[in-house]
Amino acid sequence: MGHTAISVRGLTKSFKDKEVLKGVDFEVGRGEIFALLGSNGAGKTTTVNILSTLVKPDGGEAEICGFDVQRQPEQVRRSISLTGQFAAIDGMLTGRENLIMIAKLRGVPHPVQTAGSLLDRFSLKEAANRRADKYSGGMKRRLDIAMSLIGTPAVIFLDEPTTGLDPEARIEVWNTVKELAGGGTAIVLTTQYLEEAEQLADRIGILHGGTLIKTGTLSELKKMFPPAKVEYIEKQPTLEDIFLEIIGNKEEK
Amino acid sequence: MRNPTGVLLGRMMRTILRSPDTIITVAITPIMMMLLFVYVFGGAIQTGTGPYINYLLPGILLIAIASGIAYTSLRLFTDVKSGLMARFMTMPIKRSSVLWAHVLTSLVSNALTVLVVILVALVMGFRSHADLLHWLAAAGILGVFTMALAWLAVITGLTARSMEGATAYSYPLIFLPFISSAFVPTETMPQIVRAFAEHQPVTSIVNSIRALLYEGTVGSEIWTALAWCIGIMIVSYFVARRAFKHQLG
Repeated sequence: MGHTAISVRGLTKSFKDKEVLKGVDFEVGRGEIFALLGSNGAGKTTTVNILSTLVKPDGGEAEICGFDVQRQPEQVRRSISLTGQFAAIDGMLTGRENLIMIAKLRGVPHPVQTAGSLLDRFSLKEAANRRADKYSGGMKRRLDIAMSLIGTPAVIFLDEPTTGLDPEARIEVWNTVKELAGGGTAIVLTTQYLEEAEQLADRIGILHGGTLIKTGTLSELKKMFPPAKVEYIEKQPTLEDIFLEIIGNKEEK
Repeated sequence: MRNPTGVLLGRMMRTILRSPDTIITVAITPIMMMLLFVYVFGGAIQTGTGPYINYLLPGILLIAIASGIAYTSLRLFTDVKSGLMARFMTMPIKRSSVLWAHVLTSLVSNALTVLVVILVALVMGFRSHADLLHWLAAAGILGVFTMALAWLAVITGLTARSMEGATAYSYPLIFLPFISSAFVPTETMPQIVRAFAEHQPVTSIVNSIRALLYEGTVGSEIWTALAWCIGIMIVSYFVARRAFKHQLG
């Protein structure tokens, strides 16, 4: 798996008397998409917040690109980007201004050019000079992810990136994520949608009751669990298939 | 590398200039109050010195700042809720620069509001013969007062659970000038009220600004005024820093 981008050992965290993480271990390699799958309250966001230096763990070790999240937070922050549950954009600024602001904060050499090329890459060029609060949900998320790419961090955390998005926008985000990992970025993705983990993840960790109960590739997980059964069933289109078919290839203007 | 406080200050000033209504909204209540007190109640109020608008203006400016401060809480609260705060916190920038940017934004936007109110007061007959130095001193006191309240606003902006909660704390601040020497001399007040009025920060600030603008002196109360403002600022600063650290778990 080449270099290790993230390594987590025995991570624990409690809030008041509620034990959220009871010893979580996993590793993520460069260019790998790792999905943390779990129901609400399973500790996905807490794990991401610890790894992105927002929350201090009670116990255990976590390293990002070899830097300890507690002892070397400054170096960790240079190596990561967090895309939280809500699109963290300034609605009063235009898409372009949002990108330039982050580029300046990250100390990127040419903020304006950086913003321009990201707008191109995320198909936001036409909307570049419109205020971001006028964007659709999918566009906001794309801008949000584009902002996270500035400074080419080695690790990107995506916390429930498609929650609240319509099916079309969800697919847009999926394509973006696949492209990112292709470029060598390690991605930690949290999701409660099984389909999303199946679509995107190289490896999946199932977080339940404060521990990672299973980790593996989709095919490994499939092997562990009830053997495949051969059944003959009529393939009905899912509602999603129908929905996407009806609206066709509608492009965002 | 660019200074993050400057970048974030630029971002917020752009936001404010794009919605100038925030400055107008903040200026309107104190202007209405000024009209009401000068043209309705003013004739019956005996302050003993010069035109009533001159007497009234310093207190009105404090009310303008106190109501403008609510927006500082609101802007910070919005940043926390929208996730922008988390984004900034996970970036390689000095964390305190985010708070300083909010405080400096408050300083600039309140200065604009104060300027609007002074312009209206000029139209209404406000005059001062103070020289530049005394004007600068008066501006300095207002600036320190704004910073003190802005750090207070940081605490509520960070800890509030709702938008209403983030702004509600400014109401008592807006009310404070009424029980002070801002509208009428404290001498006419009953003993207990007078004792309160003379020992709360607004009276010493208002009296100092009056001394600077109309008497050409720094007055006797300027040190009390500065002590209040700087005291409030230091305490709020440390409480705000604590709240900030605490919030980061």
